[in-house]
Amino acid sequence: MCGIVGLFMKDRALEPKLGELLDGMLRVMTDRGPDSAGFAVYGEGRPGWIKLTVRGPNLAGLAKGLSQALGVDISGVSRDTHLVLSVPADQEGDARGWLAAHRPDVAVIGAGQRIELYKEVGLPAEVSERFGLSGMSGTHGVGHTRMATESAVTTAGAHPFSTGADQCLVHNGSLSNHRSLRRRLEPHGIAFATDNDSEVAAGYLSWKLREGAGLAQALEDSLSDLDGFFTFVVGTESGFAVLRDPISCKPAVMAETDRYVAFGSEYRALVGLPDIGAARVFEPEPARVYAWERA
Amino acid sequence: MPVVDLSLTPRRELNRQLHALTPDTNETLWRVENPAGQHALAVGVDAPVTVEIAGHVGYYCAGMNQRATVVVDGNAGVGVAENMMSGLVHVKGDASQSAGATAHGGLLIIDGNASARCGISMKGINIVVKGSIGPMSAFMAQSGVLVVLGDAGDALGDSIYEARLYVRGDVKSLGADCVERALGDDERTELRDLLNAAGLNGEVDVEDFKYYGSGRSLYNFHVDNAAAY
Repeated sequence: MCGIVGLFMKDRALEPKLGELLDGMLRVMTDRGPDSAGFAVYGEGRPGWIKLTVRGPNLAGLAKGLSQALGVDISGVSRDTHLVLSVPADQEGDARGWLAAHRPDVAVIGAGQRIELYKEVGLPAEVSERFGLSGMSGTHGVGHTRMATESAVTTAGAHPFSTGADQCLVHNGSLSNHRSLRRRLEPHGIAFATDNDSEVAAGYLSWKLREGAGLAQALEDSLSDLDGFFTFVVGTESGFAVLRDPISCKPAVMAETDRYVAFGSEYRALVGLPDIGAARVFEPEPARVYAWERA
Repeated sequence: MPVVDLSLTPRRELNRQLHALTPDTNETLWRVENPAGQHALAVGVDAPVTVEIAGHVGYYCAGMNQRATVVVDGNAGVGVAENMMSGLVHVKGDASQSAGATAHGGLLIIDGNASARCGISMKGINIVVKGSIGPMSAFMAQSGVLVVLGDAGDALGDSIYEARLYVRGDVKSLGADCVERALGDDERTELRDLLNAAGLNGEVDVEDFKYYGSGRSLYNFHVDNAAAY
């Protein structure tokens, strides 16, 4: 069992409240996943620059070391065990190369113009507080509370998983063909950092998106290539989507108003949202892709 | 009339109070406010009282109900009225998966839609859904009646025993051994009585329904199928 939440703002006036609302939703889902938690937030982006979210120990001097190596001023925003580095987009490869060579103890867990991604072992409320989720703003975000079934309780096994620029996925369920799918994807240059089944689903979507599919099409295709139980919530730079497996094994509730679209594993997670009493509350149908794009 | 505000009173306190009711209680009408999607509300009530819940409820609302009337003025989560023995459960909005699962008796009325596995393994409950139902509904349904005014999803009545299913709209597909049968006078009477009980007196014509039940071809082992195991 796991809990997942997602929030996609249609009304720009709600963007400053994204973190606060997502924090409330995540906490309610503690019953479904008390062992670890994580979230991705799509905040401000800077044209020509990307954000690298890195996780690991001794992050204090990292931005300075990278600045010296790349010959450009790289800023880092530190939040507990994570550091978000702003790097010129054309130097992403150099930055990753330097990190791999000089800081093998840190992991790059998210990259993109707007995405920031945080995850840790612990109760969702503690994880949220450590990273200051409630103070974050953004256009959309996803969150996950984990009760591990397929791999160990580690930070690397927590969700969301990001396998492409500005992409992330959270998953409730388990996949049974993830090993074989992984062997299909690796020759295409899709790399995996963990043994987790959900990361393979993320990698599959990244591959489809890279090959030119839209988000909705990529999810549509996954219905014939993924075997197992899943409810997915997926974020891209401008998109937000939901998909359940054909027998709707895992729960899902959505709420939509003129101002936002929200997802929760249970309705309880949506209770604190603005004007929830007036929202259209519905259960997404099995094997049907629901997708929204930012205008 | 007792009013329980769940933003102030813990859910277990509500259920404790409901469980303490005796058959001759004078507190026959209860109102529950601010349910906020909480699970297991009004579960295991065994007294002839009415519990009105003002809002959406979570999982297993009115599960194991006996004799009580539970009205949900909103949507219900997974397993509403699961294992109900008797009484009435009325959901004014939509119901999630497994509505009325394994229930032995009573009447479940859903004004909106019910999602997957409505009436799974039903054992005597009557269910009236005024909207549509999702896939795999009435799976291994043993007895009781499921009436659907809208459509049914895939694999309706898979491996069904002796439950009877009446659907007015389209059935996307029938499950293994679920077959359409001719609507006879007994079925017309049964259907009319249930529609009346659901407050649809005269609004719906029983002739618009199709009747489905077991083909009874899975009841006995056929040696010809031995290789399939």
